[in-house]
Amino acid sequence: MKRIPIARILVTLFFAALLATPWMVRHFSVPAKDAGTPDAQDTLARYGFSLREVAQSAGINFVHQAPTLDSKLDGIMPEVASMGASVSIVDYNRDGWPDIYVTNSAAGSKNHLYRNNHDGTFTDVAEQLGIADVNQPGTGVSMDAVWGDYDNDGYEDLFLIKWGKPELFHNDQGRHFTPVSDQAGLPRWINADTAVWFDYDHDGKLDLFVAGYYPEDVDLWHLRNTRMMPDSFEYAQNGGRKYLFHNLGNGHFEEVSAKVGINSRRWALASAAADLSSTGYPDLFVANDYGVSELYINDHGHFHEAGKEAGVGFAPKSGMNVSFGDIFNQGKFSIYVSNISEEGVLIQGNNLWVPQQGPALKYDNMARDLGVELGGWSFGAQFGDFNNDGNLDLYLANGYISLDRERSYWYDFAKVAGGNSAIIGDAANWPAFNGRSLSGYQQKRMWLNDGEGKFVDVAQAVGATDIYDGRSVALADLWNTGALDIVVANQRGPLLIYRNTVSTDNDWIEFSLDGTKSNRSAIGAEITLYWDGKEQLQQVSGGNGFASQNDRRLHFGLGKNAKIDKAVIRWPSGTVQTLDNLSPNRLYTVKEP
Amino acid sequence: MSQPAAQSNPPLPQIVPKAPLTRGTLLASSISPFLPPIFITLILLVGNLSFGILESYSKTLLAISTAIAVEMVLGRIFLHKWPHPASSYITGISVGILLRSPAFWPYALCSALSITSKYALRARGRHIWNPSNFGICAMLILASQAVASLSIQWGNNFASLVAIWVLGSVIVSRAKRLHITLTYVACFIALSFLRAHIAGDPWQAEISPITGPMYQLFVFFMITDPKTTVRSRMGQCLVAAAIAVLEFFFRLDNSIYAPLYALFWVGPTALLIEMTINARRARTDGIPAIPDKKAASA
Repeated sequence: MKRIPIARILVTLFFAALLATPWMVRHFSVPAKDAGTPDAQDTLARYGFSLREVAQSAGINFVHQAPTLDSKLDGIMPEVASMGASVSIVDYNRDGWPDIYVTNSAAGSKNHLYRNNHDGTFTDVAEQLGIADVNQPGTGVSMDAVWGDYDNDGYEDLFLIKWGKPELFHNDQGRHFTPVSDQAGLPRWINADTAVWFDYDHDGKLDLFVAGYYPEDVDLWHLRNTRMMPDSFEYAQNGGRKYLFHNLGNGHFEEVSAKVGINSRRWALASAAADLSSTGYPDLFVANDYGVSELYINDHGHFHEAGKEAGVGFAPKSGMNVSFGDIFNQGKFSIYVSNISEEGVLIQGNNLWVPQQGPALKYDNMARDLGVELGGWSFGAQFGDFNNDGNLDLYLANGYISLDRERSYWYDFAKVAGGNSAIIGDAANWPAFNGRSLSGYQQKRMWLNDGEGKFVDVAQAVGATDIYDGRSVALADLWNTGALDIVVANQRGPLLIYRNTVSTDNDWIEFSLDGTKSNRSAIGAEITLYWDGKEQLQQVSGGNGFASQNDRRLHFGLGKNAKIDKAVIRWPSGTVQTLDNLSPNRLYTVKEP
Repeated sequence: MSQPAAQSNPPLPQIVPKAPLTRGTLLASSISPFLPPIFITLILLVGNLSFGILESYSKTLLAISTAIAVEMVLGRIFLHKWPHPASSYITGISVGILLRSPAFWPYALCSALSITSKYALRARGRHIWNPSNFGICAMLILASQAVASLSIQWGNNFASLVAIWVLGSVIVSRAKRLHITLTYVACFIALSFLRAHIAGDPWQAEISPITGPMYQLFVFFMITDPKTTVRSRMGQCLVAAAIAVLEFFFRLDNSIYAPLYALFWVGPTALLIEMTINARRARTDGIPAIPDKKAASA
C-alpha cells in the first residue's frame, strides 16, 4: 500500500525533471554565440579580425529594388517578389583588382558594375559598358549573375539570370559588353534564380547550368491565372525546368540536360559544382526550395541524381544556398545548405553535409554538432578564412521579409502551406500580407571556426550588425590586403561592403589561376595547400552560395609563422601542377602548364 | 482496507489496471487492439516512402522506443506487471510524426513527457490529458527554440489524403467513435467560413489546415482517445464541438498550433466536469462511484 504514494512522489519528481529539461538544455547548450558590442581593438585581439561597413565611403550607394509582378499577386507580393538581390565578384578588366556586379529587380531599374579604383573606392561603369539597363519592361528582371570566360579570350563574360529573358554578354576586352544571347541559342524565357559556369565534359570550354524556379511558361507580369505557386511546401515538383547549355565553342550553346540525365522540376534556388565524387569531373549540387536537395554525380559527362544515396536528398526542406568548404582541413568539401528556422514555428535547421570517411560518397548532417544549424530564415552563405588562422569560417545572410516589426505573417503562412496542393498552389488562396513581416529583422551569423569542431557566432562582436533582408554573399580581397572582405546584397536594402581588418599576426596566401588547356577562367580548378602539417582544399567556382559568385582568386589563411610545403593544383584538364617554394603573404598568378 | 475508503470517497483505482491498451480506438471491443497501431504505422510508412515525411527513421524509432521504455518502467512500478506496448507505441509514433526537430533529444523527451503525464497528472484515478497532445504542447511551449510541430512538412498529395481519410474513417467507425471525428470536422468547416468572414481571408485559406497531415492524426488519434474523452455520445460530440470552438478563437489570435492547444484545454476540462457530475450523482443516489476500470487504465 505504501509503494504507491512513494511511487507517486517519485513519478512526480521525474515528471518535473522532464518539464525542466528544455530549460536546462537551453541553459547549458546555447549555440555558441558571442554577443558583445563591436570594439575594433578588442575584437581584433580576441578574434583576429574586425569588420567595418564601408559601402558609402567606397562610393557605393546602391539600394536594391524588388520586382512588382502581376497585380493578381498584390496580396502576397512581398513573398513572391522576395528575391533578386545578387552580387558577384569579377575582375572584368583584368587589372588585378576585384570589381563588383550587383543586380536590381524592378522593371526599368539598372544593374551596376562597380569598377575597383584601387584606392578604396569604386565607380559604377555598368551604363557605359552596356550591362546596366537590363531590366526593361517586357524582358523580365535580374535575379543572379555569374561570370565565366566562355570563349577563352581572357575576359570574363557575363551570364545574367532573370525571371525573364536570360542574357549572355560577351566581354569585349573590358571595354564593352555585347549581348549575344540570340546567337548563343538561349531560351526566350526562364524564371531562374541560379546558374553555374562549369566545364562538365572537360572539353576546355565553359558550359552553363541553369535551374528554374517558377515554370518557364509563366510570365509573372502577365499571369494567365494565379495557379503558379508550388503544389506542395515540401514535395513540389511543378517548378521550372533545369538546363545544361553545352558550349559548342563557336559562340553557340546546345541544351543537353535531358541527354545527359538532368531532368527535374523542383524549385531550385541555389546550385554549385565541384568534384565531390573524386572522378575528376565536376558534380552538381542543387538546393531546392519546397523539397529535397539534388546531387547530380557526373560520370564522365553523364549525370545521375544520387541525393538519396548520398544522404543529402532525404529530408525535404527549403534549400537556399550551396557552399563548399574544407572545414576540417582534410582535403574534402563539406556542403552548407541554408534553410528556414523560426522559433516555435518551423525548425528546419540548416544542413552542413560532411563527407563520411571511406570510398562511398555519403554525407552526415553535422550542422547541429558544429553549431551552424540555426540561422533564422537563412539565405546566402560563404566559407572563408576571415581571420587567416587557417580554418574556414562561415558567413550567413538571413531575414526574409522585414515590414511591420509588430505583426507577423507566420500564422497565415503556416495555415496555408500545410494544406492540399489545390489550395496552396493557387496564389489567390493566400491571405494578403498587409504589411506584415515574415522572419524579418534578423541578425546575421559570422561563425568562426575554432579548428576543433565548433563554430562560434561572433557577428555582433566583429561588426556584422545589419538586420537587412540578406540574400547574396560574395567574398573577395577587394583591396589586395590579404583579407577576405564580404559583400552582401540585401533585398530592398543597400549593398553592404564589410571591409575586413585582420590581425597581422596571421599569414595568408592567394592564387590567381589562368587555364590554357582548361577553360581560361580556371573554373573547377582545385588547389590543395599544404602547410605546417595541414592541408586545405579550395576550388575556383563559377557560381555558388545564393545568387552569388566569389572572386576567382583563392585565399588561404595560414596562421602564425606559416611554413608552406607546397600547393598542388588539379586543373580541370586533368593536369596536376605542384608549386614549391611558396612564401606567405603573397598573391601568386599561376598559368596552367 | 480498501472497502471503507471506497465508500467514503471514490476509491483510488490502481493507477494502471488490467486493461492496458489505450489511445484512439483501442477500447472498442469491435476491433483488434493491434489495428490502430497497424494503421498509424501504415500512415507513417506510406507517408515516408512516398514523401519522406520523417526527419529520419532513427528519430522516430527513438520516440517509439522511449515511449515504450518509460511505459514499461512506470507500468512495472505502478502495476507490478509489464504493460501492453500498443498504447505507448502509438504515443511514440505520434510524437515521431508530429514533432519536428533537427535534434534527437526532443523526440526522447517528448515521448517521456507524454507517457509520464499519464502517471503524474491524474484526477480521480484517471489521466486526463491525451498523452501525445500533452507532450507535444509542452515541447512547443517549453522548447520552442528546438522544436516545431508538423504543420507544413508533409505531402500535399490529394490521393494520399483521401486514402488516409477513408481508412481512418473506417477504423474510427468500427471503434464507434466516428461521431467525434465528424462533429469536429463539421464544426471546423463551419467555423472556417466564419473566420474567413471575420478576417477577410479566402475561405480556402481557412479550410486549408484540415487538408493537412497534422489534422489527419489529430482527428483520428487524438480527439477520439477514449481514455481522455467523456463517456456519453452526446458529451463526446459536445467536447469535439468545444475543441473546434476554442480552436476558432485561438486561430483568430493567430495561434499556429490552435487545435493542439484547444484539445490541451478542453479535454481535461471536460473530463473533470464529467467526474464532478458523476461524483455528485453518485452521492445523491447513494451509490459508490466505482471508477470505470477501462477509463482508469493508463
